[in-house]
Amino acid sequence: MRRKSLKYALFMQGGVLLLLFLLQFFLPAYHHSSFSKIMILASYAIGYNFLLGYTGLMSLGHAMFFASGMYSAGLSIFYFGFTPLEGMIFGTLFTLTVSLIFGLFALRTKAVSFLIVTLMFGQTFYLAILYYNEFTYGQDGFSLTDYLGTLSILGKEYLYSDPAIRYNFALILLASYLLITTLIVLSPVGRILIAIRENEPRTQLLGYNVFSYKLFALTFSGTLAGISGAMHALLYSYIGTTFAEIHHSISPLLWTLLGGAGTIIGPLLGTGIMFYLIDFISGITSNYLLVVGVVLVLTIIWFPLGIMGTIRQKWLKWLP
Amino acid sequence: MVFLALLDGTVTAFVLALIALGLSLVFGVMRIVNVAHGEFFMLGAVLSWFAYHWTGDALWGFILALLVAPVIVGVIAVLSERYILRKVHYNPESTIVATIGILYVIQQLTLMLFGPEARPVEAPIYFRVVFPWFGYSGYKLLVAAMSGLCLCGVWILMKRSKLGLYMRATQQDHEIATTFGVPTKKIYASVFALGGGLAALAGVLVVPIRQADHLMGLEPLLLSFIVVIIGGLGSLRGTIIAAFLIGISDGIISVFYEPTLAKMLATLFVVMILIIKPGGLFGESPQ
Repeated sequence: MRRKSLKYALFMQGGVLLLLFLLQFFLPAYHHSSFSKIMILASYAIGYNFLLGYTGLMSLGHAMFFASGMYSAGLSIFYFGFTPLEGMIFGTLFTLTVSLIFGLFALRTKAVSFLIVTLMFGQTFYLAILYYNEFTYGQDGFSLTDYLGTLSILGKEYLYSDPAIRYNFALILLASYLLITTLIVLSPVGRILIAIRENEPRTQLLGYNVFSYKLFALTFSGTLAGISGAMHALLYSYIGTTFAEIHHSISPLLWTLLGGAGTIIGPLLGTGIMFYLIDFISGITSNYLLVVGVVLVLTIIWFPLGIMGTIRQKWLKWLP
Repeated sequence: MVFLALLDGTVTAFVLALIALGLSLVFGVMRIVNVAHGEFFMLGAVLSWFAYHWTGDALWGFILALLVAPVIVGVIAVLSERYILRKVHYNPESTIVATIGILYVIQQLTLMLFGPEARPVEAPIYFRVVFPWFGYSGYKLLVAAMSGLCLCGVWILMKRSKLGLYMRATQQDHEIATTFGVPTKKIYASVFALGGGLAALAGVLVVPIRQADHLMGLEPLLLSFIVVIIGGLGSLRGTIIAAFLIGISDGIISVFYEPTLAKMLATLFVVMILIIKPGGLFGESPQ
């Protein structure tokens, strides 16, 4: 079953990625840039889903990890003159450390307390960015345009904000996230994480060290979010506090739930749908958050499994 | 200076206790976290502005708001309990998602009806209490007194009335309570309405001190979370003690440092508490 599942899953994801790769040659400029943004945000949601969907831990502070990757990459390029690659590596390691330390504290609490603690840490991180505004440029944020330089591929020089570079970097990020999470989810470690989600005391009884598995899931999920943040910083050359705000923690929750928590492809679908829905609503009213609220409520009442979760339940049992 | 901070902190603590008490009651009895709690507070403040605007008189507006705002918010709370929370069977994580949704809906509808700007409401009474070396706003003392009265009221309600008995029974074990004939569904609805009403009341009381705007719900929400965690989820005594701890220390720290730093320190404080006692200071059972 697992082997078959893996085969089918890789096949399907390969198909989706191939489609996304080919689409870039046909999409009009506007949708081309929307798709790049969706792919970056979807990889953030995939990281989030690893924690929510496969370990059963709901976090309301994931913007902290996204922002930590974004700021540590951005600030190191800005102040220390790191190259973009060095900035990415630094951002990754920094977020890894942040999520590890955070996990050591936060995972002492369970269920509802865990949620509240993640929410508060997220908010504190946001306040800290505002508080040290001399260093982080607070609310205004800062631009990396003059610090990134160019990228040379096959002898040609490209800017990081070049649409084609943006699209393909986002696609590579998305592809590697899909592959890595699928492999982990279908590996023995992934099975144990799912066991923790389903019944934590029983998993503990079976002799597994639940705490360290949860710590792994949190650190991994946080690091993925951080890498997405760092990538966002490079491709959009802008770093600002909106990415640390509480809304940015709730967004991946919404995308994941809508697409289907605990399905690999779900977050991508959820992100895409919400992105275009908000895009459409923004043309009518500036209060798009109202729609976010309504979708959240309706999803949780009528679609608790999300789109892909419902599809899996009804038709495609093998979907990871 | 320290005395003034202490006084300001005490007033904050009373209001905070009122808000956090609602959150704690809802958690204790229903075992759910209401993320929209701060919006109930905000609605209280905004409704108070409407009452003030409509009557055109500070005192009558205040009295009207005091009577009407908790009722309106209570009705909204009952409706959202009946048509949303009951539908997700009070599953802890689903209710959190649902209440985040409610938060956005309330906040954005308020933004559409009320506008984005902050609007002041005049205090119903104006006098200064003159201490030997400085004057102090009499209204703030009134706020503290009225909050204290409400706290006592809730305490008596919980300990002495039949409704309170039912609530405590539901809190201890809602299945056994049901078999003994406690109408738990109605109790859930009343607790959610009571929690919302308390937050709205706090909003009405606070609005003459600070202005009303559609985003004012987040800060008290986070502060009450801190209070409820430190006090121990579901413990009323713990909630009130923690509210005073946080309110007064917040007041004092805010005088000497920036308010942002005070919030950051409060969060770190929570972390330390959680390391020492994961269930909170007065937690009934570690969650």
